[in-house]
Amino acid sequence: MNTTGTVTGIISNLVTVKVEGPVAQNEICFIRIGETKLMAEVIKVNGAYAFVQVYESTRGLKPGDSVEFNGHMLEVQLGPGLLSSNYDGLQNNLATMEGVFLKKGEYTAPLDPDKEWEFSPIAKSGDKVKAASWLAEVKEGWLPHKIMVPFSFEGEYTVKEVKAAGKYKINDTIAVLVNEKGEEVPVTMVQKWPVKVAIRGYVDKPRPYKLMETGVRIIDTLNPIAEGGTGFIPGPFGCGKTVLQHALAKQGEADVIIMAACGERANEVVEIFKEFPELVDPRTGRSLMERTTIICNTSNMPVAAREASVYTAMTIGEYYRAMGLRVLLLADSTSRWAQALREMSNRMEELPGADGFPVDLPAIISNFYSRAGIVTLTNGQTGSVTFIGTVSPAGGNLKEPVTESTKKAARCFYALNQNRADRKRYPAVDPIDSYSKYIEYPEIVKYLTERIGERWVPNVMEAKNLIIRGKEAFEQINILGDDGVPMEYHLRYWKSELIDFIILQQDAFDSIDANTPLERQEFMLDKVLEICRQNREFENFEECSSFYKKVINVMRQMNYSKWKSEEFNQYLEKLNTLVNNN
Amino acid sequence: MTNKAFQRIYTHLESITKATVSLVAKGVTNDELATVDGRLAQVVKIKGDLVTLQVFEGTEGIPTDAEVLFYGEPPVLKVSDELAGRFFNAYGEPIDGGPAIEGEKRYIGGPSVNPYKRRQPSELIPTGIAGIDLNNTLVSGQKIPFFANPDQPYNQVMAQVALRADVDKIILGGMGLSNDDYLYFRNMFEGAGALEKIISFVNTTEQPPVERLLVPDMALTAAEYFAVDKNQKVLVLLTDMTLYADALSIVSNRMDQIPSKDSMPGSLYSDLAKIYEKAVQLPDGGSITIIAVTTLNDGDITHAIPDNTGYITEGQLFLRTDTDTGKVIVDPFRSLSRLKQLVQGKKTREDHSQVMNTGVRLFADAASAKTKLENGFDLSDYDNRCLEYAKDYSNQLLAIDVNIKIDQMLDTAWALFAKYFKKEELNIKQSLVDKYWKGN
Repeated sequence: MNTTGTVTGIISNLVTVKVEGPVAQNEICFIRIGETKLMAEVIKVNGAYAFVQVYESTRGLKPGDSVEFNGHMLEVQLGPGLLSSNYDGLQNNLATMEGVFLKKGEYTAPLDPDKEWEFSPIAKSGDKVKAASWLAEVKEGWLPHKIMVPFSFEGEYTVKEVKAAGKYKINDTIAVLVNEKGEEVPVTMVQKWPVKVAIRGYVDKPRPYKLMETGVRIIDTLNPIAEGGTGFIPGPFGCGKTVLQHALAKQGEADVIIMAACGERANEVVEIFKEFPELVDPRTGRSLMERTTIICNTSNMPVAAREASVYTAMTIGEYYRAMGLRVLLLADSTSRWAQALREMSNRMEELPGADGFPVDLPAIISNFYSRAGIVTLTNGQTGSVTFIGTVSPAGGNLKEPVTESTKKAARCFYALNQNRADRKRYPAVDPIDSYSKYIEYPEIVKYLTERIGERWVPNVMEAKNLIIRGKEAFEQINILGDDGVPMEYHLRYWKSELIDFIILQQDAFDSIDANTPLERQEFMLDKVLEICRQNREFENFEECSSFYKKVINVMRQMNYSKWKSEEFNQYLEKLNTLVNNN
Repeated sequence: MTNKAFQRIYTHLESITKATVSLVAKGVTNDELATVDGRLAQVVKIKGDLVTLQVFEGTEGIPTDAEVLFYGEPPVLKVSDELAGRFFNAYGEPIDGGPAIEGEKRYIGGPSVNPYKRRQPSELIPTGIAGIDLNNTLVSGQKIPFFANPDQPYNQVMAQVALRADVDKIILGGMGLSNDDYLYFRNMFEGAGALEKIISFVNTTEQPPVERLLVPDMALTAAEYFAVDKNQKVLVLLTDMTLYADALSIVSNRMDQIPSKDSMPGSLYSDLAKIYEKAVQLPDGGSITIIAVTTLNDGDITHAIPDNTGYITEGQLFLRTDTDTGKVIVDPFRSLSRLKQLVQGKKTREDHSQVMNTGVRLFADAASAKTKLENGFDLSDYDNRCLEYAKDYSNQLLAIDVNIKIDQMLDTAWALFAKYFKKEELNIKQSLVDKYWKGN
């Protein structure tokens, strides 16, 4: 018998419920307004009163309305069919909802119960299995989707039976397991898991040791992110956070992409809905949408579900990781999630921390980031969740609680710089402030050396150094004037400009320049550094700037040309003539 | 608003603040309307039997034995084609002397459009202003504010944009509009002979500030009627959203909420997003485009209101006075239209986006040259060319009094490039330079 209660107070989406019986923190309940049921989550209990945050508008709710608690926390359904689906923050399928407007209290099934999946068994009768062991496989698009022993199963089980290859629906029993007490437990293709609890079921979580290629030069070359790594992109509005995130989603080297649009613009999600099915993943030749799940809780959708959306996304990511797949999880923006926490904390009249945010904000953020990582599964294979979140700092000031808390949790920092954005130097990632801790990892250095070559890491360091020296020279030129500094300063400045224009800047809207494979990045960095290393003499600074401008112009044309095409080679030849004759 | 049968009447207030009253009442629903001493109010908080109401007109002179009547429903607007050409106050009551509107009752501040059912905005809204069309192209279904200081002619620019835009309906939501500006809009609309496609909801400075909170929802409910039910293209003008946010902070302050940055309520982002996100391109051809005004304190965009707005809207348009030419221009550095790439080069000429970028970059180089000059340094030949270019660029393209077609804007830009620069200084794709270069 479920616990029930009645509404006694309402402030916006925070509702006080007088409870008759036991109730758990984070338990889900439904409040009844006439025929409509509104979903809510317990966020505080005080005596006989539970404070619940309602995932919907509370318009029309009144004291005395009845509430029914359902005995578990917010859960998601995990099974075949998650990919290429579009969910709201509570995993309702947006595509199957009726009408143009979101209706209050309309909840739709996340997975299609009638779809038949091509099934083939992996485990066989007599196998010893435990939570997260692979029992079978279905084809989800081109991906092998593993059907696993539900994560909630404790202890060891013996496989009694796994269904033969064939077509099954998600709710069909596909295996029967026997537990240690000798009881038979049927297993279907779908399982449920509470979103706020991390999915375990792996052996260990080593330090990240592989590069995740993104095709974005300022990331791959200068501040690489590791597979299973964490990163964040803070930046004022208008600096290109979303464009950069979309580039990562399109080009990221991953099997599965999960995008959580958390409290952001609806039109940005529409862009994904429209573009992704048309775009082709260069690695598999399949539509990008086939590997993508979108969790969409835009800024005008209920605030409480915003918080849930990032957890829903992470849980789905962990599920695919347990299948031995590489998952890239993107959340835009984690600040909106923090603001949702602030709104609730405020309504509960908790004592506020910095800027009115709840005091446990840093703990919540680092706990969330820690769910990413590369893991070794029980069968020795690896799977990973790489997480990159954006942060929208209030007033563009990076000294605010969300940015500071995230900086402690994430290992890569891609600071977007207003000044670079104003000068249309996109992606506006600040080359000096940004960092990747992974490039300091011996495992990653070893990997890069093996993958690209001995020279690579020293080259990257040299380029970084040239950028810093160029900036110093630029400041001196600004203070002392063009004629007030030695020629050397102009040379230094222009070398850094060359790196800036050719390596750092990248046109996300140009079909060729947008995505630069590692091989091409290596070539261009080599070429740029080769020019930087040459000793050049100039009569005056104008001669210097005019030479480098010409070089930049030609190399930019190279960036716009198809790799190793005739056009590309022509520009390369032009460049060589230019460089060797001067 | 008319009275209904079976209304519950209460006559004892427990507490009164400047914007709210509280009383003991039963069976009251969240968000419902009431009148307190004849003034319109809305339920904002219920704690047991204690109900707190926000009184839109303010609570001056309300006695503790004031009569409170509950309506049993949230604020509504009656919608029909009769709305066209009319002027209303914040409650949706006619202020132009005409008859009340007959039509279907709609709750204002209704639900959001399912993001999956939206379409990607793809129709260009030309305005003739090059600072907008060339550098920050507007698209139907977009939401974009003007960020302007109070002394800048933002309402005039907005009215111009509205009248030149090719739309079926223009809906003005005026919040804290000065009476002069209200009359300006009215005259502009009447003078343009466009009155039949315009609907206005106006709260002037003479009226109580809390009333403003209803204006955007009223305007957008009307907009949704025309866009969703009638598949029309609707342009909504909201001026001034800063005054709207100020009204929000008054109410939250009176309700003892903990303020966040700049004494704004912690929910400011969500409150503003609920309004701006009504901008939409619908599957059946209708659309709502929102152009708003957010006034700034001396250009400070880090204040909570413009800051939160910037994160919600699809770009922003900055007005500033260019000291070199003395004209009001659309600032190319700080302005941005996030949806421009959906139409640039697709609905406009192929060279649009590269010409735009180069034009702005050269203008930025001119700004650096100017700094050098001010610091007393010698200018290079390139610097001098940039400075000359900047003047022409400002006069012929950025100034808000320019009114030309987009192709003309592009041609003007190419002419300026050729006048002052060499081909290799442009960093434009060679194939485009070959095709459009206007010099030798």
